[in-house]
Amino acid sequence: MWPIIQIELFKIYKRPRTYIAFGAIAALILVIQMGLKIDGEAYAAFLMKDINDTLTVDGKVLNGYLICYIFLQLLLVHVPLLVALIAADMLSGEANLGTLRLLFTTPYSRTQWVLAKFVAASLYTILLLIWLAFLALFLSMWIFGTDDLFLMKSNYVVLIQEQDVFWRYLGAFVFASFSLLTVAALGFLMSSLANNSIGPIVATISAIVFFTILSTLNIPLFNIVKPYLFTTHMNNWKEFFDIQVNESNDAITGSILNVAKIKNSIIILAIHIGLFVGASVWIMKKKDILS
Amino acid sequence: MKKMILLFVGICFIQVAVVAQSNPLIERVTKKLNTVNDYVATGVMKTDVAFIKASLGKVKVYFKKPNLLKVKKEGGISLLPKGGVSVTINSLLNNKQYIAIESGVQMFKGKSLQAIKLIPTDEKLDWVISTLWIDPVDALVYKTFTTTKENGTYEITMEYGQYANYGLPSKLIFGFNTKDYKLPNGITLEFGDEDPAAKQKALKQKKGTIEITYTNYVINQGVSNSMF
Amino acid sequence: MSVIKVQGLSKNFGAIKAVDQLSFEVEAGQVYGFLGQNGSGKSTTIRMLLSLIHPSQGHIEIFGQSLTDNRSAILEQIGAVIERPDLYPYLTAQEHLTLFAKLRKQKITAAKIEATLTQVGLLSRANDKVQTYSLGMKQRLGIGIALLHDPQLIILDEPTNGLDPQGIADIRQLIKSLSKDQGKTVLVSSHLLSEIEQIATHILIIHQGKKMAEGHTSSLLDPNKTIVQIKTLDDADAKQKLRASAYSTNLLERTEGLYLTIPKLEIPALNAFIVASNIDLVSLEAKNSLEDYFLQLTSTF
Repeated sequence: MWPIIQIELFKIYKRPRTYIAFGAIAALILVIQMGLKIDGEAYAAFLMKDINDTLTVDGKVLNGYLICYIFLQLLLVHVPLLVALIAADMLSGEANLGTLRLLFTTPYSRTQWVLAKFVAASLYTILLLIWLAFLALFLSMWIFGTDDLFLMKSNYVVLIQEQDVFWRYLGAFVFASFSLLTVAALGFLMSSLANNSIGPIVATISAIVFFTILSTLNIPLFNIVKPYLFTTHMNNWKEFFDIQVNESNDAITGSILNVAKIKNSIIILAIHIGLFVGASVWIMKKKDILS
Repeated sequence: MKKMILLFVGICFIQVAVVAQSNPLIERVTKKLNTVNDYVATGVMKTDVAFIKASLGKVKVYFKKPNLLKVKKEGGISLLPKGGVSVTINSLLNNKQYIAIESGVQMFKGKSLQAIKLIPTDEKLDWVISTLWIDPVDALVYKTFTTTKENGTYEITMEYGQYANYGLPSKLIFGFNTKDYKLPNGITLEFGDEDPAAKQKALKQKKGTIEITYTNYVINQGVSNSMF
Repeated sequence: MSVIKVQGLSKNFGAIKAVDQLSFEVEAGQVYGFLGQNGSGKSTTIRMLLSLIHPSQGHIEIFGQSLTDNRSAILEQIGAVIERPDLYPYLTAQEHLTLFAKLRKQKITAAKIEATLTQVGLLSRANDKVQTYSLGMKQRLGIGIALLHDPQLIILDEPTNGLDPQGIADIRQLIKSLSKDQGKTVLVSSHLLSEIEQIATHILIIHQGKKMAEGHTSSLLDPNKTIVQIKTLDDADAKQKLRASAYSTNLLERTEGLYLTIPKLEIPALNAFIVASNIDLVSLEAKNSLEDYFLQLTSTF
């Protein structure tokens, strides 16, 4: 199957649309970094307003680690849309072009083709995430330096020591890859149902928006399904940045508050990936290729 | 009539005598503290505020007479009570702009301590009133309770060890009032289930402490003003 | 040995019967012409042969093996061009052939790719993106992809679409060469009946999903079965008189006139009968092309 994965990767590489997402992420991150470099203190002061009433905070609060966290909060909501641009086009785009029949009349089975396409879409997704990590984390570290990570959550503040931060970002990016692969798998499934590009992309984005709203609204009726929605779990990379405290309320360095939550979310997301891809394979096997 | 005048003068004298008796204890404390021109202390700082999760951190504390004080975390971000630096014993006592009034003896951690209230005479000072609990035996201050004009009240308790002769504590616990902390979900992008009510209530506890356990003092070796 | 053997093949799309109990065999080395109007079921049948569409009924054997059970091995030996030449606009011809070379078990060298480009006349444009190609160039590239791995069976669905006369002639020559010189089996569908007439050794005519005729090209165009068109001033009178004669069994009545299928040598006798019957004859024309045969079979009365 490696030859067809290579072919799919080559096609993604040669296609101009591939680079839109990379460009969009770069533009967004660089613009925000420039803005924070020029006017970041005002932003930090706004975030620290409540804290500053009680405490004096000494140190480099607005450092590369905090800025990367801000980026992840913003972009991991929007990067799924960029993933959908490619993933939701993998099958339907070929059908639209008319090239699907070229591929399915080769000796490789439809299952092999579908899986190879998903592997290629997944590698693209991970490359996109690595690009995001490079710009959001490493470039921010270079521009803004590093210090402890002073995280202001809605109801409390977490102060993570500098030497305890980097591995958490590695974990968060690995987790984020599961989130984005779930989006890719959903787009892939939509793509298997259509013969044009736009429909599956719009359907994928709409599904994400719809389920995100269900996940975030605190309505008792929705609480029944929330634990099973992938959108409920997609943002749990944040759990890497919450730490346990001992009886004396001292934060325990190197700890994660809720490891079980992370594991559970990864399992749920992996199940979604399996279901979406499995359904795609089944649909494509059964489908008559009329395009 | 003469008796009444004598009684009145006597009460005043006693009052003056009582004020004059508090001063010697304060003087003894001040004298001990004045043996230290400067120090650099290393220690471990613990932050105990309901809505803050922070780990123990190594700190360096710099002091220079009369009242320059700086707490620096060794690498990293430090959290200190706002305005709290201005209410240390040195800053209270060194300018001598106060009236000292004894207000009885109280037990504190098994010690019988003399409570002395200080009222500032200079209106420009940050603090309004401060109570010191001093051991008359070793002239060490074990506890202070200070009300400031703008930053609420602070309670400082101290424990002493090998540096007691200098009046320098081995442990200092800084207690202060906290305000509610809340950032909108739209800023933090946290749209999840609300924390259970009990946890919410715990996060809204109104008091916090910062505790510094000193491991070493380097005394009177000189400290540059640039450290402050 | 039959290269393709189809038995009772049917395909339903909902209530629509696109292919209805189709059976035929293609022998090795034949150029098999597959004729039918638009929507007659040609492309559906070809897609079923290539496992793009799942049959509703029937059985397909290629190279003596069931298509259902041996798909991969069978497709390794087939090269196909299906309908219009859809390719990747952002890739060059060279890249297309290199990509598709990777999909074959046999190693296809760079020299073979270059030879294929030469064979289809695209060597000079090999490094240009396909989006800059004309329809004819795309068609030629599609054929190149089909021939790259030297398949034993070549299926061409409307291969001359978009080609200029020279291009059509080249394809015709290529198909003949594949069959005669290389012993390949070629299944070609087209609506250009004149082209099929020139290259096909065997023909199957399909109409509304059903087989209408099948056989050697020369037997379908049998001089003993000449179609004669009779145009008169009074078709009703002519019909009545022909129905009452010995010609009644071979009479075909169509809106544009009357047709008789008779041996060529009997045309003078027919002419004499018409004159003797006082039928007001306008013209008597012998039609013996495949097109005429095709139209006759597929027309409605």
